[in-house]
Amino acid sequence: MADRLLPALVALGGFLGATARYLVGTLAVGPSGTLLVNVAGSFALAAAVGNVRSTRARTFLMTGLLSSFTTYSTFAMETASLGLPLGLANVAATYALGFAAASLGLFAGRRWA
Amino acid sequence: MGVIADVVGVLDALPTALLVGLGGSLGALARYAVDVALDGGRRSTFAVNVLGSLALGALVAVAPADATLALAGTGFCGAFTTFSSFAVNVTRAFDTGDYRLAAVDALGTLASALVGVGIGSWLAALG
Repeated sequence: MADRLLPALVALGGFLGATARYLVGTLAVGPSGTLLVNVAGSFALAAAVGNVRSTRARTFLMTGLLSSFTTYSTFAMETASLGLPLGLANVAATYALGFAAASLGLFAGRRWA
Repeated sequence: MGVIADVVGVLDALPTALLVGLGGSLGALARYAVDVALDGGRRSTFAVNVLGSLALGALVAVAPADATLALAGTGFCGAFTTFSSFAVNVTRAFDTGDYRLAAVDALGTLASALVGVGIGSWLAALG
């Protein structure tokens, strides 16, 4: 039996996550703001893995809020419009810091569990 | 005074923030629907990231009004796609020693999303 509350939790989390991403973007404009949300969000999502047990909490926080706080499309769009040397630097920085943050988050999550 | 100016700036931005939030709700719901349809996981994350990049490429190419860009671009496409799930997928593959899968996911998503942005702007130019 599907939980009918789940889509509402996704929508609420998506609202909050996207709005928070937008507000960060007004303070850190362009690729630096996108980098910031993607790195912070990757750490938070990774730390939540295995620690948030209820399906409703997981759906709101992980599927809704944290997944909407981070974005791949804006990263791809900005990378494409930056051209070759800067676009490559954007990919290198986002991937290196994003994967490091996720790795650190998974580690921290296991310690807290 | 810098803090006060920042706060006023954030308040000024509120209507746009609401549009972004609304688009974000819809984008997250659409991503959730893809998750349910594809049983979640790596393929689902790949699908939303490539599709969303294509959509954003098309949207930006038609140079819409600021409000449309906030709702459909920053809001919908931004929330439909996700970097955090992608980063956790890649890191977990790496942690379990599946370096090939981690590399294929990391580079495959990048190449496909960039091609998606290109196809999106090309399609928008056609229309």
